Amino acid sequence: MPVFLKLVFRNRLAGAGAIIIAALVLTCLLVPVLPLADPDQTDTAHRFIRPFSEGRLLGTDHLGRDLLSRLLWGTRLSLAVGAVAALLAATFGTLIGVTAGYFGGRVDAVLMRGVDMLMAFPYILLALAIVAALGPGLLNALIAVAAVNVPFFARNIRGISAGLAAREFIDAARLAGEGHLRIILTELLPNVLPTIIVAVSTTIGWMVLETAGLSFLGLGSQPPQADLGSMLGEARPALITAPHTLVVPGLAIFVIVMSINLLGDGLRDALDPRLRSGALARPSPVTLIERAEVPAARAAPGFLDLDALDTRFRVGRRLYKAVNGVSLSIARGECLGLIGESGSGKSVTALSIMGLVASPPGVITGGAVRLEGEDVLALPYAALRSLRGRRVAYVFQDPLSTLHPLYRVGDQLTEAMRVHDRITDQEARARAIELLDTVQIPNPAERLSAYPHELSGGMRQRVGIAMALANDPDLIIADEPTTALDVTVQAQILALLDQLRRDRGLSILFITHDFGVVGQLCDRVAVMYAGRIVEEGPTAAVLAAPAHPYTRRLIDCVPELGGGKRALTAIPGLPPAVDSLPEGCAFAARCDRARDVCRTGTLDLAQTGGRAVRCLFPETTATEDRA
Amino acid sequence: MTTPALEVRNLSKSFPVGRGLFRAGRLVRALMPTDLVVMPGETLGIVGESGCGKTTLARMLVGLLAPTTGTLEIGGKPLDTSDRRVSSQQIQYVFQDPISSLNPRKTIRQTMETPLRVLFGMDAAARAARIAEVFDAVSLRPEFLDRYPHEFSGGQAQRIGIARALLAKPDIIVLDEPVSALDVSVQAQVLNLLAALKEEFGLTYLFISHDLAVVEAVSDRIAVLYFGSVVEVGPAAAVFARPHHPYTRLLADSAPVVGRPLARRADGAGELPDPLDPPAGCAFARRCPKARERCRSDAPPLATMGDDRLAACHFPD
Repeated sequence: MPVFLKLVFRNRLAGAGAIIIAALVLTCLLVPVLPLADPDQTDTAHRFIRPFSEGRLLGTDHLGRDLLSRLLWGTRLSLAVGAVAALLAATFGTLIGVTAGYFGGRVDAVLMRGVDMLMAFPYILLALAIVAALGPGLLNALIAVAAVNVPFFARNIRGISAGLAAREFIDAARLAGEGHLRIILTELLPNVLPTIIVAVSTTIGWMVLETAGLSFLGLGSQPPQADLGSMLGEARPALITAPHTLVVPGLAIFVIVMSINLLGDGLRDALDPRLRSGALARPSPVTLIERAEVPAARAAPGFLDLDALDTRFRVGRRLYKAVNGVSLSIARGECLGLIGESGSGKSVTALSIMGLVASPPGVITGGAVRLEGEDVLALPYAALRSLRGRRVAYVFQDPLSTLHPLYRVGDQLTEAMRVHDRITDQEARARAIELLDTVQIPNPAERLSAYPHELSGGMRQRVGIAMALANDPDLIIADEPTTALDVTVQAQILALLDQLRRDRGLSILFITHDFGVVGQLCDRVAVMYAGRIVEEGPTAAVLAAPAHPYTRRLIDCVPELGGGKRALTAIPGLPPAVDSLPEGCAFAARCDRARDVCRTGTLDLAQTGGRAVRCLFPETTATEDRA
Repeated sequence: MTTPALEVRNLSKSFPVGRGLFRAGRLVRALMPTDLVVMPGETLGIVGESGCGKTTLARMLVGLLAPTTGTLEIGGKPLDTSDRRVSSQQIQYVFQDPISSLNPRKTIRQTMETPLRVLFGMDAAARAARIAEVFDAVSLRPEFLDRYPHEFSGGQAQRIGIARALLAKPDIIVLDEPVSALDVSVQAQVLNLLAALKEEFGLTYLFISHDLAVVEAVSDRIAVLYFGSVVEVGPAAAVFARPHHPYTRLLADSAPVVGRPLARRADGAGELPDPLDPPAGCAFARRCPKARERCRSDAPPLATMGDDRLAACHFPD
């Protein structure tokens, strides 16, 4: 709870709103015991006394009633009516919304069309009609205001409930034998509650305003009872002669509504999980780079060299070492596989190359990325931007989330070209058709006008590859491009990437968790564990005789087709969290070859011939005696 | 002859699409009429690619979805999902995404207690004892009970999901892609746990996955689904080693295997037929290298292939 309050008060306006509301509520609760004049006691001899007169702090109204007393009693009433109306609307709206969202289908259609009909009437007209039917009076005004606000809640809650009802934990509850009522009450409602709270807190202000409106028209509170709206209404004839009678309740309404709305906004932000993780700021276009020193360039630079790259995530007081001194090299036309489990840092490595890690929280704290010998991380933003897509292009795992859903495929392809090239519409179109043909999409000219959702997963990934090829890059970084695809489609995409590489002399950095894929596509492979490269070498050699125990055991974990029914060898335990890496080898805790010496100091990546391994007791040859 | 643990006859499911309040929509067949038999203690693997109807089948088996046609028998008696207290003790389900199958606002203990309270009406002491027993079986630490789902890794959450299914003491568990959201090193842990639990409690599994190698490693028999139909059934060791149906062959050839070169231009390109406009004959005919005229006009039935295998093909290998 203190964390929550801190989040609310981080927004100063919301904090101010909270303080004002708290003060108002406290005052309203204390009104009956405060030494106030009787709010309904008329004294026509002393009418329209100006504010700040003796004994009459805010003056009196047209009947000589004490304005301070009427204001406080009125505020008490208005706030109470607003809160009750909001709760009523929320209760009925939630009931309708949850029922419609949970059951769906016909129930949903009937309920929501009813709500739609209610919304088709102009708001205030509907409230007027309800009051006209029920007769004037504060209670009836309350009912009217609550009724016209039910649709707002119903629609809001229905959307969220429908989303939740499709979630697997609702199915699980059904299988646990729970009935509908129990599921709604114990599974659905707790998850909807935060939304209801925010909606109520933001609507109380509205409710106060609307009730005031009805009272102003004489349909709400009846004389002599004071609420803020009726005070305004009664003061209207004296607008010119005694403006304070109008200004006092007017200001009160303004302050109440304003502070409630500010607090409501603050509550909404504080309940937003994105804010909680500290991601308040928008990510900058380039990853924050804070390098103490830049490692010297290699004697024989390759096409792309990563030298001791360090990428960290700073979240609160924690420091996640996502990429920890990673060095890699890719030659022209070479395909390097980067393999690892989730959280190993393989994707962050890939994003760091073009400074695409989101900052905050990402920071590149050391190392260099050199493209043909030039330090990419030292480049100004404009120069880096011209490299992105033109020389180094990315293909991501899920093309449905990387393609814009509202633009046609052709437009997205031509846009990718136009960023770097000035070309005419016809040229762009011709090149787009050619690209779709290159990635073997049938009827390319027709497909240009398709939207992403009209294509299958495999076709979408082909479009993703076509976009990457749009500017004829030298290097493609493919981050699990086939993980979301079916095996038969995966085989097609891999064959396509392999063919493109050979036809165009492309370099590929292929990130995956699948040894089978690496074995088919990549010349060399690097294995990552807990942010570090633990093994590197020619694919065939590494797969045939893995040197690092992690590589060996990871290969053993993966069942291979044709082995029949069998027990699998598992690696016990979990990878370490990268914000609390152990000393020595990160894999030691799970390793069956680990000795005490493995848990001390730092281990280097030992190079022998074309292979490298970060292990004191590697699997191959008899090197065990080194300790 | 022993009574099958699960027997499915003529089970099918159609979904209406484009239906409005006053407008009748068209029907899309998600699962064609299907027969399946699973013997007690057996693991039947079900493989297929996305859109083949494997999840529809799984959800009908546990009664989360009402079948359009067909019958379901468990241990020789029809499955009656109107009384969950009975059906939930016969057949249980383990979900693909372990985290999202747990209510984010409930502690693990609250989630675990629900089936015990609802299905068995146990008191607090009995519930605690039973939960401790099951947690021990899936090697979870008791202190996990007071945590919330987001505090767990995928592998731990899946153990919790398996524990929840075990609480109901089912005879059959339907595992819907239970390891595909997990990392490979954790995947093997969970698969081995499932095998151990099966031994310990004498369970029958239906193991659904898109990963051929995983299915082959855990199953006794395998059924291959394509476009809503079972196209091939047989012993796990034989189905991918010597496929009868060309689609099974395509699947087996597509699985990435170290050392096997990539096809220059992959065979069997093309995609699933449009479910709104299903083809007249064999659904695979358009992608099939062996398709002839007959394949495009009449759909092949699932026929016995000599030994203990079935395949739906006019010209089997």
